[in-house]
Amino acid sequence: MYKGQSGMWSWLFHRVSGLAILLFLLIHIVDISMLSFGPAVYNNSILLFDQWEVRLLSLALIAAILYHAFNGIRIMLIDFWPKAVKYQKVLFTIVLVVTIALFIPSAYFVMGPVLYWFTHVHVASVAH
Amino acid sequence: MSRVSTGSGPRPASGGFETFSWYYFRISGVILIFLVIVHLIIMHVTNDVSCTTYMFVSMRYSNPFWRLFDWLLLTLALTHGMNGLRVVIDDYVRSASARLWLLSVVGVLLLVFFMLGTITLITFQPLPAAQQGIQCLR
Repeated sequence: MYKGQSGMWSWLFHRVSGLAILLFLLIHIVDISMLSFGPAVYNNSILLFDQWEVRLLSLALIAAILYHAFNGIRIMLIDFWPKAVKYQKVLFTIVLVVTIALFIPSAYFVMGPVLYWFTHVHVASVAH
Repeated sequence: MSRVSTGSGPRPASGGFETFSWYYFRISGVILIFLVIVHLIIMHVTNDVSCTTYMFVSMRYSNPFWRLFDWLLLTLALTHGMNGLRVVIDDYVRSASARLWLLSVVGVLLLVFFMLGTITLITFQPLPAAQQGIQCLR
């Protein structure tokens, strides 16, 4: 029933995206620990995240996070709402659509600053 | 035509760690959705990564709420992810000794990264303003 159909792909993407996010998390914990070494060291490590290649990877990560989150919601719907299993394919389509829909503004925010000659996106002011 | 459970037939194992793990994925997942979306908005939308400098962190962490928020994100994401890694290892690694090895590595990773993150969050004391470096790198 599952092989080669939407059920298999949704599971596979969920697993792959989860592992990718975990790998990033481990790297991220290390780069944030640079805070303990003071502003010079820490700001240097932040410079790495500003490079367009790394921004592209960050964008891929955001895509993985979006998919993993929305498919996770779909999984919980299927777990806790008895009728949902009949609609699993529809739900999967919705997950893909919402993921792509939110991916587009993410691309704008993440890649905008490095494509400023094209988008004229200036870096937002600092807010906390 | 999909075959749906009728409710009768052999029961899966109840209670125990696997059941807890099943619930933990979902509960931590729901909380993580909220935490991650806020985190992404702060780091990429209302600010840009080039402005998430030492000074930015000092401002945020002057409010203990953000330290707690980030620590919650750290803990839930790390445990959610490592539990997932455990499931993946259980799925693909047949030999019991290899599984023991790999799961031990997972446990050690969990411990080490949790400690590293927690220590960073707890011990961060910002330097005086004059020594904090620039506000934005771009």
